[in-house]
Amino acid sequence: MAIDPGTTVMVEPAARPRTLGRTRTAASRHWYAWAMVLPVVVVLGVLVLYPLSRGIYLSFTDLNESNQRTEICAKTLGGEETCTPNPKAAKFTGLKNYTDILTGERGHFWLQFTNTLVWTGAGVFFHYTIGLALAVLLNRRIRGRGMYRVLLIVPWAVPAFVSAFAWKFIFNQNNGLANVALTSVGLQPVEWFSDRWTALFTAIVTNVWLGVPFMMVALLGGMQSISTDLYEAAEMDGASPWQRFVNVTLPGLRPVSATVVLLGVIWTFNMFPVIFLVTGGQPAGQSEILVTGAFRAAFEGIRQYALASAYGVLILSMLLVFGAAYRRALARQGEVW
Amino acid sequence: MRRIAQAGALLAAVSLLATACGSGGDTADTDKNTAPAPEKVSGSLTWWDTSDPTNEGPAFDKLVKKFEAKYPDVTIDHQYVPFDEAQNKFKTAAEAKKGAPDILRAEVAWVPEFASLGYLYSLDGTAALEDKSDYFETPLSSNVFNGKTYGIPQVTDSLALLYNKKLFKQAGIDSAPSTWAEVAEDAKLLKSKAGVDGIFLNPAGYFLLPFIYGEGGDLVDTQAKQIVVNSDANVEGVSEAQKLIDEGAAPKPPASDAYTAMMTAFTEGKVGMIINGPWEVNNIRNAENFGGVENLGIAPVPAGSKTAGAPVGGHNYVVWSGMDQSKADAATAFITFMNSAESQAFLADELGLLPTRKSAYQIPSVAQNPVISAFKPVIDSAVARPWIPEGGQFFTALDTMAVETMVQGKDAKSSLDKAAKTYKSDVVPDYSLK
Repeated sequence: MAIDPGTTVMVEPAARPRTLGRTRTAASRHWYAWAMVLPVVVVLGVLVLYPLSRGIYLSFTDLNESNQRTEICAKTLGGEETCTPNPKAAKFTGLKNYTDILTGERGHFWLQFTNTLVWTGAGVFFHYTIGLALAVLLNRRIRGRGMYRVLLIVPWAVPAFVSAFAWKFIFNQNNGLANVALTSVGLQPVEWFSDRWTALFTAIVTNVWLGVPFMMVALLGGMQSISTDLYEAAEMDGASPWQRFVNVTLPGLRPVSATVVLLGVIWTFNMFPVIFLVTGGQPAGQSEILVTGAFRAAFEGIRQYALASAYGVLILSMLLVFGAAYRRALARQGEVW
Repeated sequence: MRRIAQAGALLAAVSLLATACGSGGDTADTDKNTAPAPEKVSGSLTWWDTSDPTNEGPAFDKLVKKFEAKYPDVTIDHQYVPFDEAQNKFKTAAEAKKGAPDILRAEVAWVPEFASLGYLYSLDGTAALEDKSDYFETPLSSNVFNGKTYGIPQVTDSLALLYNKKLFKQAGIDSAPSTWAEVAEDAKLLKSKAGVDGIFLNPAGYFLLPFIYGEGGDLVDTQAKQIVVNSDANVEGVSEAQKLIDEGAAPKPPASDAYTAMMTAFTEGKVGMIINGPWEVNNIRNAENFGGVENLGIAPVPAGSKTAGAPVGGHNYVVWSGMDQSKADAATAFITFMNSAESQAFLADELGLLPTRKSAYQIPSVAQNPVISAFKPVIDSAVARPWIPEGGQFFTALDTMAVETMVQGKDAKSSLDKAAKTYKSDVVPDYSLK
């Protein structure tokens, strides 16, 4: 880390007047810039930095609902109030929450981690491929193109919880449409929520249905910004449609793809409502992903604020590592971000 | 509109005055127990009702109307909060000291938890507990924490064996089964002669308790501070339930929405028996294809190898500790009225809910009510749950165990061991493992 000359004032007394003078001139010359930036800094500090640092701090304590008070008060209706110190007040516990989570002492981190990887991988893969296919279809001149586009956006426009409930009913074991369809073609009905992988499958189907429109719209936009000259030139050179797709469309889409895939990964990784509403973690918590696991730690029974914060920090660090690696991989390919 | 607003302001002013006078003189007064006259009590109270607005709600609404007629200066804001959200919502609001209701209908296991967090007023010395001895011991005990009483029992319940009389007749069964073995036999008859499933078992921890109690098991031993959820007796009990499913006496339940599936199957006459409580009586009575309450048979839960036992459940009235003390009289008057023997008898008539007052059972309409008298022996033998602040948290791990064993067919012993481990790490760390 480079040391700013300003911070070494104490060691080099000779530099003091100059630095101070420079700061003063900078302040008087650029005061308006600082004043403009200040509101943003304050808002970000209040909305992002403070909660973030508080969350990180909490993850090193054993704070929960029952030990957050330093004293417990008992009131009598129409009478007086007596307060006694709380014998179990919250204290600093170092890395205990992290070791508990990672060793499986509390919760089911590794199961949820595997589920999250499967869930994110499958979700983003199908979002992207189906979105791309639909975008290609809609990028050509076909009759009723506008109507198709509107219809395909619908899943995006419906509130996520409505779609989640609709899919939950479709996969209902006894009366759901999915099982009715299976039995009508002579297949055995499936107990969707009785097995970890079929339960995850229902959630992934729901999520794919919800997420395709965004990908489609983003990729369609990207396609339309590819110059038609390139296609004409390719056609002149005798490129087949497939070659044009692979050598013109895909490279042309790369800046858009890079962004939407990163966004898709982050969104799907943290997609709470679909898992929570469709599978509810069934069977027996085996289809839980990390964010729903963190929610259960935080809000079921006596609330474990500290444990949930530790989950949050773990999820954040995973996404940070992923984001950095992804960016580096793109930079190596020559993308400018 | 304006007139109402004026009246409201006047009311508030009067109530302020009244409490200002009251708090000055009353503290030294010895007979605090005598409630003030109805005309002198005023204030507006919010009540979170966790019963649902269509099934049980209308009857409670009628009671509230009666109360407001008797106490003209008290207004009740009767709000429905879904039962499965109420616990969390109340805790959030109480912790924020804003937006919590003055009165809450709390499930029995919530009260020790809320009390330990300082969210409730203790009611000792108020008119609400004046005739404490009239309440049954077990339901009242759920309100006691550290020697103080934090609520009064509104309704008690327990699990019983509910059966479809018409289907039993078709299958040629004369009397309800009294052991799990008899359940299995009757299920065979139901299947062969009536063409329906025998018994629907809900894969949830609470609904497995009759199997556990039947073998003399329990979840924790509060005396010895020991976790006994993975005892041999419990393994025996859970295996009994698994056996019913394996042998086909009970259909394999779904992992998701099993409770709804159970009630649908029962009210549509697709299954002969279920294990459930009095809160569904009104629902069954109104079900289109069931045949009314006359077709509903009620018997104590079948016995295991040791005994027959079902958990005590129910709901209590509690008062939020963040409520202004000036509304104390109104709050006391409200819960006392709602919980009087007459009110309980009214609810028993309307909904088949079980009164918690001994005197309510003397009222003729209750004494002659067939549903109530069918449930009465069930209540008398109901097993008290461990009333500790963590009592409400035992069921998350137990639900997981229930789905693993009853839906996925996993080994009972290892699933119960897992539940015991979760109790130790998450629920009662001070307790020792067996």
